[in-house]
Amino acid sequence: MIQNAWLIPVFPLIAFIILLFFGNALKEKSSYVGITAMALSFILSVIVLVERIGGETYTFTLNWITFGDSTITMGYEVTPLNAMMLIVVTVVSLLVHIFSREYMHEDKRINVFYSYLGLFSFSMLGLILSPNILQLFIFWELVGLCSFLLVGFWYFKPEAAAAAKKAFLTTRIGDVGLLIGLVLLFNATGSFEYGAIFSAVEAGLVNDTMVTIIAICIFLGAVGKSAQFPLHVWLPDAMEGPTPVSALIHAATMVAAGVYLVGVMYPLFLVSSTAMTIVAYTGAITAFFAGTIALVNTDIKRILAYSTVSQLGFMMLALGTGGYVAGLFHLTTHAFFKALLFLGAGSVIFALHHRQDIRKMGGLWGRMKWTSITFLIGALAIAGVPPLAGFWSKEVILAAVWSNGDMFLFILAVITALMTAFYMFRLFFKAFTGEFRGDHEPHGENSKLMTVPLAVLAFLAIVAGFVNTPFGFYLEDFLLQGLNVGYQAHGEMWLVGLSIGIAVVGIGLAYLMYGKKVISSEAIRSKVPAVHKLLLNKYYMDELYQKVFVQPTVAIGKFFWEVDKGVVDGIVNFVGRATRLSGRTFAKRHDGQLQTYGLVTLIGGIAVIAVAFVLRGYFG
Amino acid sequence: MVPVELFLALGAILFCIGLYGVLTRRHLVIVLVCIELMLNSVNINLIAFSSIGPFANITGQVFTLFVITLAAAEAAVGLAILIALYRNRESIDAIKQDLLRW
Repeated sequence: MIQNAWLIPVFPLIAFIILLFFGNALKEKSSYVGITAMALSFILSVIVLVERIGGETYTFTLNWITFGDSTITMGYEVTPLNAMMLIVVTVVSLLVHIFSREYMHEDKRINVFYSYLGLFSFSMLGLILSPNILQLFIFWELVGLCSFLLVGFWYFKPEAAAAAKKAFLTTRIGDVGLLIGLVLLFNATGSFEYGAIFSAVEAGLVNDTMVTIIAICIFLGAVGKSAQFPLHVWLPDAMEGPTPVSALIHAATMVAAGVYLVGVMYPLFLVSSTAMTIVAYTGAITAFFAGTIALVNTDIKRILAYSTVSQLGFMMLALGTGGYVAGLFHLTTHAFFKALLFLGAGSVIFALHHRQDIRKMGGLWGRMKWTSITFLIGALAIAGVPPLAGFWSKEVILAAVWSNGDMFLFILAVITALMTAFYMFRLFFKAFTGEFRGDHEPHGENSKLMTVPLAVLAFLAIVAGFVNTPFGFYLEDFLLQGLNVGYQAHGEMWLVGLSIGIAVVGIGLAYLMYGKKVISSEAIRSKVPAVHKLLLNKYYMDELYQKVFVQPTVAIGKFFWEVDKGVVDGIVNFVGRATRLSGRTFAKRHDGQLQTYGLVTLIGGIAVIAVAFVLRGYFG
Repeated sequence: MVPVELFLALGAILFCIGLYGVLTRRHLVIVLVCIELMLNSVNINLIAFSSIGPFANITGQVFTLFVITLAAAEAAVGLAILIALYRNRESIDAIKQDLLRW
């Protein structure tokens, strides 16, 4: 069956094509097409994973272009990393498809929504199965397109249209870097195949500076896609899209593609310690920076968005400090519990008639039982409470950072972990406990279509961590088959204690401030108003970009538009106008008077003869 | 022997009078008459060179006969056109015949 892995992305593609042609007729039934396709993909992914665990890496390629000595291929490949990612994507995608059936049922364009979801699933699965980086790049752009389409799904809202544009343009900056990296890589190694690239790099055929430049360029692509500092600004705005989309694309799968890219190209990064340091520092700074913003935000989806940015930074930090397995392990567990949190938020938003402000929530625990319980599980998982998934993955990340020996990075990681626990439980206590503060009572718990996916994800958020615990590093053994990525650090006892301590302190603090209200959050806020304002305004990053990049770009554009309008159009219009003017002038002379014509002809004739005489010198 | 320049001068004067008439007269019959005048000034030139030119021969006279024939035909056709024109437009004033303008 592993030979048929190519069918996994093809099912959603078929669903997309069917919905493209018959979507209008199917309307709400469109969801069944999408769900069926994803279910088939999921089943096949499970089979492929099982076969891969017991078998070998399977690669199938066809020659695509041959020029000179170089051949570019297309095909698919099932490596341990791919097989793991296939499961993550198909599970989350399938559950989101099911969840959306209820969440989007009032939308007239639900068929369009499902066709976009199908296209996205196809692109994401294609990206994962790519055996070479050029094919990955093609799918990389396709998922970017789907992100654009789905963020802007409610395009009639100006914020959604602006957010879609912002997401597309910001990631584009990173994509340019990735493209440059690809060209340099091909120039240096003469191939796009992962195997050929790594053997060329490891054999030292490419000089060190070049490797560093290539790695940084490729990382730039990851920075854009995974919303790392300083290109993180698009992800919080992307929350304007429908919530299931946020869960699928902007929490679990597409934004993780950047981490996946670094994971796939890991042997290249390992060669350059500079690139590794950049990855680590970018990740750490992003994790810390986004975490601080999440502390004060009041929009349920944006808190989760900043949390996602922060956790993606965590993964990058792990990869940058040599924790290959740690980063990818966290990618997997995070996909489950963050999708859970987003779908939980979607369930809350749906029940509250599309209100997202946590100040207007509260007391949902009694009103929405299943949503509350599953959300609590998700929050505990991301906070790192054992034995939930987040605990195990976060613990190996801390171990990797510690063994790397950079104290600054380690402290940032610890503070970020603390903040993660705190802001998640701030959100939980504010939204689910206390009195209901909104103006519209929620309509109670949602139907099973929404709660069952939540329950499944909650189950995964509990158990997904067990694949890689100190009692058995199954995931590590699996991922490291035939791969040499150096020593993988494991936590010592005191680190385990520390990460439990962090989670407990963070949750406890949140409980005291927002649960029991012993510590007044207003008091802390009024003590440092400047810091609060800075965080509330997201460090003024958007304003800064607006001033430094957007406005000058627009100004340059306006300038050239004026040049075009004044000079270029001026010349063109002058030519046109002069022709018309002369035409009109001469047309007036054309008055039908034969005698006038005769006179003009006579004068002309005399003039010609006179000129001829002068030229021949008849007049001396 | 009358010098050739006098013939040429006569021809030129007749031609200019004819041309002036063609360009200025408003009555189209007069215009036709003036065209005849111009053709005849050409005839004078041809005759003059045929009898006292440097290569005097009969060719000039033959051409003159042709021109006279042509002038007769032209007068016939021209007058016919003028009659047709007058029937259609009730005028043979040159200034009013401006259908060919822009």
